[in-house]
Amino acid sequence: MRLRIPFAMTTLAAGLLSAAQVNANSVDLTMYYPVSVGGALTDVIDNLVEEFESEHPDINVEAIYAGNYDDTRVRAMSAIEAGDAPQLSVLFSIDLYELIEQNAIVAFDDLVETDEEREWLDSFYPGLMENGQLDGKTYGIPFQRSTIVLFWNKDAFEAAGLDPETPPENWQEMAEMAATVREASGGDQWGVMVPSTGYPYWMFQAFAFQNGHRLMSEDGTEVYFNDPAAIEALEYWVSLTTEHNAMPDGTIEWGTLRQNFLEESTAMMWHTTGNLTAVRSEANFDFGVAMLPMNTQRGSPTGGGNFYIFEDASEEEQRAAMTFIRWMTAPERAAAWSIETGYMGVSPAAYETDALQNYVEEFAPAAVARDQLEHGTAELSTYQGGRVRRALDNAVQAALTGQMTSEEALNQAQREAEGVLRRYAR
Amino acid sequence: MAEMTSHRRMQLYGAMLLLPAAVLLATFAYLPTVTTVINSLFLPGFRGAPAEFVGLENYQLLFDDPTFWKVARNNLIYAVGTIPTSIALALGMALFVNGKLRGRGFVRMAYFTPTILPMIAAANIWMFFYAPQIGLFNKLLGALGFSGVNWLGDPSMALGSVIVMSVWKEAGFFMIFYLAALQGIAPELKEASDLEGTSRWSFFWRVTFPLLMPTTLFVLINALINAVRVVDHLFILTKGGPNNATNLLLYYVYENAFSFFDRTTAATITVVILLVLAVVATVKFTILDRRTHYQ
Repeated sequence: MRLRIPFAMTTLAAGLLSAAQVNANSVDLTMYYPVSVGGALTDVIDNLVEEFESEHPDINVEAIYAGNYDDTRVRAMSAIEAGDAPQLSVLFSIDLYELIEQNAIVAFDDLVETDEEREWLDSFYPGLMENGQLDGKTYGIPFQRSTIVLFWNKDAFEAAGLDPETPPENWQEMAEMAATVREASGGDQWGVMVPSTGYPYWMFQAFAFQNGHRLMSEDGTEVYFNDPAAIEALEYWVSLTTEHNAMPDGTIEWGTLRQNFLEESTAMMWHTTGNLTAVRSEANFDFGVAMLPMNTQRGSPTGGGNFYIFEDASEEEQRAAMTFIRWMTAPERAAAWSIETGYMGVSPAAYETDALQNYVEEFAPAAVARDQLEHGTAELSTYQGGRVRRALDNAVQAALTGQMTSEEALNQAQREAEGVLRRYAR
Repeated sequence: MAEMTSHRRMQLYGAMLLLPAAVLLATFAYLPTVTTVINSLFLPGFRGAPAEFVGLENYQLLFDDPTFWKVARNNLIYAVGTIPTSIALALGMALFVNGKLRGRGFVRMAYFTPTILPMIAAANIWMFFYAPQIGLFNKLLGALGFSGVNWLGDPSMALGSVIVMSVWKEAGFFMIFYLAALQGIAPELKEASDLEGTSRWSFFWRVTFPLLMPTTLFVLINALINAVRVVDHLFILTKGGPNNATNLLLYYVYENAFSFFDRTTAATITVVILLVLAVVATVKFTILDRRTHYQ
């Protein structure tokens, strides 16, 4: 009954013409997807899916929320093993190597047929494609993609005698401003928080890249964790606590950090841009969003989830899945998704839509993640990615909690990762 | 002759009664166990190659893995930290709410509430209790003039924090069993000892506590099982961090199987856990059961 009349009538007409055919040919798709930032993103997805289905009555999509990125991968992989594989899913962009090693996914290059489809494949920001491609083929289509951005509390800056409109440009400024806030608040407020649970390797990668260093090789077979530039980066992160007294001791929880920022217990936080809309709707103070500070260069790894199509689906299902993915990543939808969440519009065309242009004009922070893309780098992704990331996570946490020096911790992570990657590096 | 047939028929009847349980057990317990043991003896094929039999090499590798030992040690600490405390608390609470008490039903319900919360929900609540700047615990400490602690982010505190939450979650559940057992104790015993002038203290130690032994044993086994199968709240609270400070055996199995896609290592750890639990079960049946007095 919610359908408007003209639409209902066209559907009815189409139905009368080919009622039997539509029913016989309707395709059922199952898709798993993650949410890693909290908020009512499941509603947003449900609405999009509903809209898609009303436009494509011959395709049914069942979208299943499956937890964070790791949980979603587990759900999808266990479903495949149980012989009940989904046809498509949104999974971590960096799951690529593992999915390929398990022969789970197909390349979009093998699915596209028309020039229009090939054009679509080339329509995304190249920086977002990096994690989705291997050996010249595209396996992942960007969807809920992010970079790390700096959120700062303008009121807190003002109260500490800093210029509320000027976020820190570089590492030194960030440490000094953070220490200033801490001091001015008489110890009530921290200067800066960088999360170190959940995805510590991701944050560390940003520090390392800002120091001019990339942590892994292009082909995912080698890592460079204990390079002097990486060690220096971790030492800087640790020094925010030990030297500058601007960040609390121990690890900082990914999941509660946004709340910390909203309750003004920290003046700055590093977090995914996927939080932007939630922060905007909940903050009782004036805040800004900036690119991350630099040391020798600006930088942030990209992050987030890509669409994948699975090998086990029939050809017809794979085509239908691609139709759905094309619809979901079309500029208008990418723009709407970006406005409702804070995630990036995945293509330049998304930022050319009226909706997103107006939004950016009215709310400038919405463009920061896109602008930062110019200084982006691929997220840490290697063969045996789970184990390699875990080795680095442990090193970061060991250094931040004072169990090891930055150098010891990264040496250990490097040893571990080399052991795991031995057979791929040959 | 006729007697023989009816005997056979009874045997068949008995076997048929057992069949459903046997099928379920075989499918969900024995078969997976056997597959797991087999998996732990093989190295999976690499890029399409067939799996290779390597004997006990996977075990050798596991025992050389310092993380495995750290996780095993964590799990032992976790068991020692949770089991006696939650049992003692459960018994204390049961004795308390078994007595004459104003608003008894309400108190009983309050004690039982943590049990009916899903683990994930409870962990989410506690994550905000523990949050260093905005959390309940540090706000309370702050009000008393103490500076707070990073409960889950400090490696020396994290495992203890997880233990405290588990005790909170479990004690109410075990209380229910004690409460039921206490109400099953014949009131004549109390009357008789009152006539004798026995003190409450010695009545508890000489009558109540021994009569509760079967319950204690049952609760103990349950607590032990729970201590080995912790995985859900680690997802929310710590993900095994910082730097493996709160990583426990089953979570490590999960990580290996699903985050690292290393089914072999996961199978090997599982077999080790099964062997340890088999030893514990043997001890239970041969020693503890004989010493327990059933009413």
